[in-house]
Amino acid sequence: MIRFTVNAKTRTFSGPPFKRLIDVLREDFGLTGTKEGCSEGECGACSVLIDGKPVNSCLIPVCQINGAKIETVESLGVPEKLHPLQDSFLREGGTQCGICTPGMLMSAVAYLRAGGDASPEAIREQLAGNLCRCTGYQQIVDSVARALGTKPKTGSKAK
Amino acid sequence: MPAVGQDKLRKEGPKKLTGAALYVDDIPVKGAWHGVTVRSTVPHARIKDIRFLKGFPWKQAVVVTAADIPGINCVRLIEDDQPLLADAITRHVHEPVALIAHPDRSAAYESLKFVEIEYEALPAALTIEESLRKKAILRGSDNVFKQFRIKKGDAAKAMKKAWKTVDTVFRVPHQEQAYIEPQGMVSWFEKDGTLVLLGSLQCPYYIVKAMQPIFGLPEEKIRVVQAVTGGGFGGKEEYPNMIAGHAALLARKAKRPIKMIYDRHEDMAVTTKRHPAVVRHRAGIDRKGKLVALDIDVVMDAGAYLTLSPVVLSRGVLHASGPYTCADVDIRARCVATNTPPNGAYRGFGAPQTLFAAELQWENLSEASKIDSLTLRERNLVKIGSELSTGQILKESVGLKKCLEVVVKRSAYAKRRKEHALWNKKKTAPTWRGIGLAAVHHGSGFTGNGEVFLKSRASLSLTKRGRFRIEAAASEIGQGSMSTLSQIVADALGVPYEWIDLEVNDTRRVPDSGPTVASRTCMVVGGLLHAAARDLKAAILAKTKKFPKTETELQAAAKALAAKGPLRFTRRFEKNTDIEFDDKTYRGDAYGSYGYAALAVDLEVDRTTYEVSVKKVWTAQDIGKAINPKIVEGQIMGGTLQALGWALLEKPVYKNGAMINNQLTNYIIPTAMDAPAMDVVLVEEPYSRGPFGAKGVGEMPMDIPAPAVCAAIRQATGLLFPEIPVTPESIAEALRRKK
Ligand code: FES
Ligand code: FES
Repeated sequence: MIRFTVNAKTRTFSGPPFKRLIDVLREDFGLTGTKEGCSEGECGACSVLIDGKPVNSCLIPVCQINGAKIETVESLGVPEKLHPLQDSFLREGGTQCGICTPGMLMSAVAYLRAGGDASPEAIREQLAGNLCRCTGYQQIVDSVARALGTKPKTGSKAK
Repeated sequence: MPAVGQDKLRKEGPKKLTGAALYVDDIPVKGAWHGVTVRSTVPHARIKDIRFLKGFPWKQAVVVTAADIPGINCVRLIEDDQPLLADAITRHVHEPVALIAHPDRSAAYESLKFVEIEYEALPAALTIEESLRKKAILRGSDNVFKQFRIKKGDAAKAMKKAWKTVDTVFRVPHQEQAYIEPQGMVSWFEKDGTLVLLGSLQCPYYIVKAMQPIFGLPEEKIRVVQAVTGGGFGGKEEYPNMIAGHAALLARKAKRPIKMIYDRHEDMAVTTKRHPAVVRHRAGIDRKGKLVALDIDVVMDAGAYLTLSPVVLSRGVLHASGPYTCADVDIRARCVATNTPPNGAYRGFGAPQTLFAAELQWENLSEASKIDSLTLRERNLVKIGSELSTGQILKESVGLKKCLEVVVKRSAYAKRRKEHALWNKKKTAPTWRGIGLAAVHHGSGFTGNGEVFLKSRASLSLTKRGRFRIEAAASEIGQGSMSTLSQIVADALGVPYEWIDLEVNDTRRVPDSGPTVASRTCMVVGGLLHAAARDLKAAILAKTKKFPKTETELQAAAKALAAKGPLRFTRRFEKNTDIEFDDKTYRGDAYGSYGYAALAVDLEVDRTTYEVSVKKVWTAQDIGKAINPKIVEGQIMGGTLQALGWALLEKPVYKNGAMINNQLTNYIIPTAMDAPAMDVVLVEEPYSRGPFGAKGVGEMPMDIPAPAVCAAIRQATGLLFPEIPVTPESIAEALRRKK
């Protein structure tokens, strides 16, 4: 039996040890906030934190996480009370179709905790493993910058 | 305070941000089995036999073939030519041949290894060239699905008289929409025989229509519900009809719900892509740089079935002359059949293909005339009163000149061009630099009489509980339609944005407001809702002396007004009598209004690796009115990046008629590191018939970056690439040939 915590709750799993973490989260624990975009480590939609580090959960067999601390998007906020990072995304246009958003948030939250710097270049580098097809990334970068307490300089002017 | 023009927060944002939004694969469906698809592996063949081999416990599974289809075996769209399941003949690799459902997802996939199809090969035409050479005949006698011609004046004669002429063949490839959520559908039958479909989709009423012939069901017995949809970009316009049909066939036979979710590989290999095109573009200018003749020949690769190709081609043709005036024009266009998976809707819908040629050709004209391409453009831009190739006279809302001025100024175009020229002369510099421009127009809404035929409807209700509710089949696919429509309604009623709700996009609850395509939702559906809101407001005012100012007052009013059910007003699209288009001759007002845009790209090419890095993009886009500027900017920047991907990175590789790099690991879409900083300016030249002046937004950003990129690469390397994507390999190859 494999034992670990998900969003601060102790969980056990006794199914097939090579079941992917994403499937365990979604199917066994009903945590469908974590999304699957490619199943091969390319899109980052399935990003979760394992012991604080962002990881593609589609690549992790559950047997590898015995004793680990898992955090998913569900650990951040709820619609009625958003986490400050989620609130920044809402205000800066960081989510459109939303399918990349949970993964994007988990990569960004790790960056915030590590005290990442607010330069657009550094933020882009941190998010390079998370694909978004909707936004062109700028408003996502602005969202993270805002969460870091910087007022984004980008954005447009109506004429 | 008005809502229109404000960055109102996205209505569905909080749910998407917390993982609470349910996409199709997130929805728990009790007792559902998993459906998978058996596909053909050859481009063109007679199917001799389908064998289900020993070794798999077939008793646990349900199998469907064409023989199980109760009605007509077709995916109904413009025509019925595409089968839902290939029967006697398969016309492309990956064509669905049979379906299998199993309680366990991995077992369902496992079963595919135990199916064997016996073929008798037929000759195949895999490219436009092979189709035109009639290597195989798939349609009529010449493989041509559809052709159009636009003729104005005498282009041949004008070309002869022109001072300088150019003649170039441009080529653009397939493009994969690459929405991050793959396609998926859930289906079941209710006890009363109603067929239910719940999925990732753009056009619920398309599916209602497509299911009728297959199951012989009346419209009322088909219910389609949109799940939260993780991007579409056109890719979820028509293809969901196919998955819906498959899931429903399995549900019917298995007598239980079926979940069909494509994985990334399947999605990329089998779903529709942007049509590849070959555009031969001839243009002539006079000594003043005035465009005097255009002769354009367009061929698009439709794939094996018609799908939406005639409409894609039509939009391509109508945009082929670019946003310029020219007295003598001859445009001929065909879409042809090939033994490849059908191509279909993708943001821009034919216009990016022809505009690529129209815009990049200015670089050749510039070279021929020694007049710079900006000056040439300025001398030919459309303005109010200009005539387009169809004879349409532009009467209002033409912000092109302003867009171009803004971009030229903000990008310091002339200065950069000079600086780059100096930089490129330096022998020791590690890179070459270039800046390039483009300008485009994009027709908003359906072409010609499309909206008139569609007669779309949208409703606005006041509910018993005192909420305003939008009822429309407008699908939120990330473009922000929920918020934008709510802002329009809020201001038309004069109430706060927060008072507006949206009914679930469920064909049982919302009227057919037309498909979510063609940059039409804000302008057309928004326009209907704007009118419905005025009706509703008048009705409320007629009963109450003062229009409710607080939610309590509204609730009190609703109790009286909506006691017996919601107080509802519905508006239907009505023909504008002064907009005329002739579908037969392609003369007249092709679109009620056009958006306009200009864009500059600044980039560098590494002299050793030939890697292209885009430094910055400036764009100004005239969209009539930005209902929600933040959302509009998001659309513009997202579309711009998709187009930069098309120009530089995205290269679908086809072998034997099928895409072989059907993975995000080797079909490369831009990351945050590839994306440049973007400077976006919104130009607002209001359109009198759009709500608050709004025109279309969604597609135009896709039209414009590719030719600007190629123009910039030309300044950097001296090479004009008439074909995209421009990869380091193609630059290396071109430089080698030049030596
Ligand atoms: S689903 Fe895991 S990286 Fe794409
Ligand atoms: S918001 Fe749609 S993929 Fe990022």
